[in-house]
Amino acid sequence: MTYQLDRSQYPQKKADGTLDIDLTSGKYLKLWQGPQHPGITGNMSIELTVCGDEVVDAKTHVGYLHRGFEKLMERRTFMQVFPIVCRVCVPEPDFNEYCYAAAIEELAGLEIPERANWIRTLILEMGRVNSYLMYLGGQAGAFGQGVIGQWTTYVRDLMLDRFEELTGARIYHMFILPGGVRADLPDGFEKRMQETLLEIESTLADVKKVMLHNAVFKKRAIGIGVIDSKLIDHYGITGPNARAAGIARDVRIEQPYLIYSELELEAIIGQNSDIYTRAEIRYRDLLQSVDLIRQILSKMKNHQGKVMSKLPNVLHWKIPRGETYIRGECSRGEYGYYVVTDGSAYPRRINVRGPSYTHAIALFERLIINNNISDVAAMLVSLHTYPPEIER
Amino acid sequence: MKKELEKRVIKGPDGFEFEVEPLKDYYCDAPPTVQTGAYNEIVEKIFNWARSESIWILGFGTGCGAIEMRPLMTPRFDAYRFGVQWRATPRQSNLFIISGYLSVKTLKRVVRAYEQMPSPKYVIGLGSCTINGGMYWDSYNTIKRLDEYLPVDLYIAGCMPRPEALLQGFKDLKGIIREGKAEGANLYAENFEWYKANQKKVILDWDMPEYNW
Amino acid sequence: MKALFKRLQQCFPLSEITEQLNPQKGSQKNSQNSDLAFITVASDQLRLVLTHLRDVEGFTHLVLLTAVDWLEEDQFQLTYLICNRSKKWDIGLRVFISREAATMESTHDLWAGIATYQRELFEMFGIDFPGSPRIDEEFILEGWKDLPPYRRDFDTLEYSQRTYKDRPGRETKDPAEHMKQQLYKDGG
Repeated sequence: MTYQLDRSQYPQKKADGTLDIDLTSGKYLKLWQGPQHPGITGNMSIELTVCGDEVVDAKTHVGYLHRGFEKLMERRTFMQVFPIVCRVCVPEPDFNEYCYAAAIEELAGLEIPERANWIRTLILEMGRVNSYLMYLGGQAGAFGQGVIGQWTTYVRDLMLDRFEELTGARIYHMFILPGGVRADLPDGFEKRMQETLLEIESTLADVKKVMLHNAVFKKRAIGIGVIDSKLIDHYGITGPNARAAGIARDVRIEQPYLIYSELELEAIIGQNSDIYTRAEIRYRDLLQSVDLIRQILSKMKNHQGKVMSKLPNVLHWKIPRGETYIRGECSRGEYGYYVVTDGSAYPRRINVRGPSYTHAIALFERLIINNNISDVAAMLVSLHTYPPEIER
Repeated sequence: MKKELEKRVIKGPDGFEFEVEPLKDYYCDAPPTVQTGAYNEIVEKIFNWARSESIWILGFGTGCGAIEMRPLMTPRFDAYRFGVQWRATPRQSNLFIISGYLSVKTLKRVVRAYEQMPSPKYVIGLGSCTINGGMYWDSYNTIKRLDEYLPVDLYIAGCMPRPEALLQGFKDLKGIIREGKAEGANLYAENFEWYKANQKKVILDWDMPEYNW
Repeated sequence: MKALFKRLQQCFPLSEITEQLNPQKGSQKNSQNSDLAFITVASDQLRLVLTHLRDVEGFTHLVLLTAVDWLEEDQFQLTYLICNRSKKWDIGLRVFISREAATMESTHDLWAGIATYQRELFEMFGIDFPGSPRIDEEFILEGWKDLPPYRRDFDTLEYSQRTYKDRPGRETKDPAEHMKQQLYKDGG
């Protein structure tokens, strides 16, 4: 005799598909998984309505990290914007710098040297490795497996050492600016980078055994948080979340920017999009990024030269009227900057399009319905959202 | 004011009706009091030494600085050997690290979490944004001086400070605690009206009780 | 992409079309924007053009919806950026609406994700999208009673100095003036 689920006490569906929830009856509880919670990445809060153990309604609240970036950027000249731009997204700041610099170069008609493009790609891939490492630690931590976070945070620290050697700072590099990059690679950088990459790969082999082949992780992650492939365009899902549903979308391959057309890479896709597949895709993408860094370091030797082109007098730099949109593929999805200039020395409007904007609000509220409370944190982490870029 | 915080009549599951006023009924309405040392000097010195060796931080990453707190939990920088650990709830912690800028929305939650911590409690302001607003000095949503809203014991400057700077900060904080100078909680209780007036001026959507305990 | 413009101009009255800079004009040879264009449409035509582009021409991915405040010309420019993923084309639809009583019809039935953008525009610019889900709830700011902050006539520095007290001892200098005094000390 198979066990029949008795759902007579749970809320029934109304005609338009939403659940019939009567808050005045004593059956429901409103839980705030608020900004201070060990299970939320960053500062975001979710207002859950639960019936027993099951979530029947969710509303996300963002805005805890709002600094009014787009307004601040309008008050600064083009060169004054670039130091603050990296703070829009805290764990992966280099993408902001690249998209802003590329947009300004396109609107102003600047050419940058070839070697600068290679160094920019190297920095972006290093940032991607760091972001994926932090994601792996967070995803395992959401299920209670804390040791993986310890390993990945350690190797992330080794990569941050390479960043410090190259740019001078661990987290906010301010290295990619309109016109090129600030400096060339120091001596011996390649040798130390290869050592770091070896260390990362050996840790990742351990992580694969402990996390992806772990019975507990599989039991908790398989089958949960499935994104239907029809929802992908309806909600604007990009990046590994979309690739897990079997749709090969990667901006690096479709619309290559920087020097991605000269590297060998492939879009890593999965079949059934649940938490486990997304973790596995990001793991494989991380290994591919490590390989890309090796390719960049070896091919970069053919392109020597300056790394920064000559800029006009930046204190009186005026860019003619125009607008543009630059996109790139960061570790979470499609990252883009929409820049409008009006002929004065200040940008008219800069809009940051972060991937978490579409994932964390509309899509998450839809995915979480009818799931257990203990899966809420895991699902939010598996969409790989960073709240600072949602409300900037 | 949110609907669930207004005074209303509730009907329980067995039909019994009762009146409830959430802001008064669910919270303690006595303001905080100054906690002086209860024992003689030598015992207080031992207590201060014990407090300094077991600093438990509330795990609330309010801004950018939260990302440099993760390396502290790993063996490379290892804050645990100094007796420092991270706790999930304010009731079990005595140090609150305000890691970076505070938007007004987060300030309301920070005040709530700070008031829920039991005395003696300490506050560290991490980063330049807590000192003078940092690079968001002309933003309409971030506060500029943290010590107008909360009593701060120690500032760690930088944007952002390295984990070694944080460890040095912990060491300095321990020195301050051992000397008996970490009186942030008592400062808060003495100047309660002043702090509250500053907070209410900035937090426009005030639906908390006067003191969240 | 020029064939696409011809087809569109046959069906709808379009205003100016700006194609992105041609690659000879100094942008980098790796520029990915050879297939980006901005088209101005009238606000009553917008829904038809969007539906046509989404269903017939294959522009299924909505990238962003944002607004630009042209205070001097007394209008808002709404930009709907949509992308044809298979052909790698991007089109930005520009719609100009007036600044007083700014309102635009909601398109949340075409893309469900656009509701979030519309909530943000309502809070930050004051542009109303009647019928959009959850548009009256506060999104990013809490208890905000002043002007919508992203409008050009809202002075953020003045608001910040009025509400949040500064720590004394802070000096700022205008960089251009400072460099002029440093380099040309004798005034020459």
